[in-house]
Amino acid sequence: MKSADIKNPMIKRFLGIIPVVFGVLILTFLLVHLIPGDPVEVMLGESATSADRTQLRAELGLNHSLPAQFVSYLGKLSVGDFGQSIHTKTPISSLLAERLPNTAKLALLALMIAIAIGLPLGVIAALNADNWLDKTATVFSLTLSAMPHFWLGPLMMMVFALWLGWLPVSGMESATSIILPALTLAFGLAAILTRMTRASLLEVLHEDFVRTAHSKGLTEYTVIIRHVLRAALLPIITVLGLQLGSLLAGAVITETVFSWDGVGRLLVESIEKRDYPVTQACVLVVALSYVVINLFTDLIYTQADPRVKLV
Amino acid sequence: MMQRFLYCLPLFVLLFWALTVVVSLLWDFHPNTINLQKILVTPNLHALLGYDDLGREVFARLINGARVSMLVATVVTIITMLFGVTVGLISGFYGGKVDRFVMHITDVFMAFPGILLAIAFAAVLGAGLGNLIIALCMTSWVGYARLTRAQALSLRNRQHVLAAESLGASVPRILFKHMLPLLAAPLVVEATYSIAGLIIAEASLSFLGLGIQAPKASWGAMLRDGVRYMLVAPHYVLAVGLSLMSLVLAINLLGDQLRDYLDIKVTIK
Repeated sequence: MKSADIKNPMIKRFLGIIPVVFGVLILTFLLVHLIPGDPVEVMLGESATSADRTQLRAELGLNHSLPAQFVSYLGKLSVGDFGQSIHTKTPISSLLAERLPNTAKLALLALMIAIAIGLPLGVIAALNADNWLDKTATVFSLTLSAMPHFWLGPLMMMVFALWLGWLPVSGMESATSIILPALTLAFGLAAILTRMTRASLLEVLHEDFVRTAHSKGLTEYTVIIRHVLRAALLPIITVLGLQLGSLLAGAVITETVFSWDGVGRLLVESIEKRDYPVTQACVLVVALSYVVINLFTDLIYTQADPRVKLV
Repeated sequence: MMQRFLYCLPLFVLLFWALTVVVSLLWDFHPNTINLQKILVTPNLHALLGYDDLGREVFARLINGARVSMLVATVVTIITMLFGVTVGLISGFYGGKVDRFVMHITDVFMAFPGILLAIAFAAVLGAGLGNLIIALCMTSWVGYARLTRAQALSLRNRQHVLAAESLGASVPRILFKHMLPLLAAPLVVEATYSIAGLIIAEASLSFLGLGIQAPKASWGAMLRDGVRYMLVAPHYVLAVGLSLMSLVLAINLLGDQLRDYLDIKVTIK
């Protein structure tokens, strides 16, 4: 069955992620094998006995050939076995199951905040193009996008938690603990959204159909919400999909700064402890989530814009 | 008048930082000299930015951190540009199986969001400047490859390229003499934005402890140390954070200006 025979483009798109997923699996698998020197020695440190080392080597299957190791890696993954953490000796899948929801909560809240701030700000900037409102919004968004998470995070911590005492400094105990890390993640994305919305809206505002809508006597509000926004939304959706990925990557740093127990923090902790099986699993999970997110963004985009066909 | 000043501001900021780097190469600021009697002293007339948690001058460490950031960003950009552009040109020129293979590899690399892959590589390779550069190179080449490949695909069937081919020009000659100059403009813009991104990436990796190791100065590591003393000595965190922000903002704005400038030239032609 040649790929040209697959008529339904949606199925084709779904099948298209298979080679990418395979490539991701290969790359993640190779990570542990990139370690210079003996991976087992690096993971266990100097105090380990040679009996420990032999045991770990057998557990990780490092005695077999590389292709054999890869096959067993795939086999274990297909039943959900991500291996065992060297540090805590618990199955990694339970660690992930514990932490993934936290990262998901953080990312989703950040996404909602970013949209709630970025879209309106972008619309205001576009409608007031070149006057002081626009310039303020642009300066605001430019400044925010130059602030990496590990600078914005501590800054917000300093202002809202330490000086004003409105919100908890870090951790996950109270219901309000999620606010500061979510805001930190959201602001960077909001800045990008503002600029994209403004640019996209400005392009659409000059189109003929907007002039027609105005000449029909519709209120400005109706024109913007019902006609302009719908057309301008498409590039914004694409950008959102791509940026969700950087939200996942940014979560690594933000979770570390705020001691938020998500997959990102797990990744950093595992690196510090040289628990490479956990590192590998975290990288894999985040990358696969990103692939799935991109897939859905593509699908949403094709539904939103009838001109675009899945090719 | 004000507008012209604001327009030149990013360039001034960048030149300021470049100047500090040059000066730091000529004059030793002693960034690693510990003076335990001056721990976390706030800025005064002697030390313009105060001292850090080990009694080292923040100003000196800031300058050296700038040097490291810009060094890493420049080296990685040069290497990845050379590699990525070549790969992209070959992929776009030959098309077919070569192109599909290269695109598949770039798809796999791009399936890892942001600096995730760089973090993973830096983690397994180990800490240090060399490994940091390797890790960043391995993830940054993809952008150039895709950009160049897209442009090369559209240039492939231009008259002058076909003419050169029929005259028997060798492939490298066609790629680098006939196609590359036309791609230069978007590449330069991409490189500018990428330098800003690399500065942040280097700081991020050092913040996580994966890049530049103590006692060498690095903005990311300084931020991590500074955060611990935020309440008692905010000057430390503020100095580093504001410096990083100013440099990244300046480079991004320069990139915007460059893009607008090159765009006009293209549309006029």
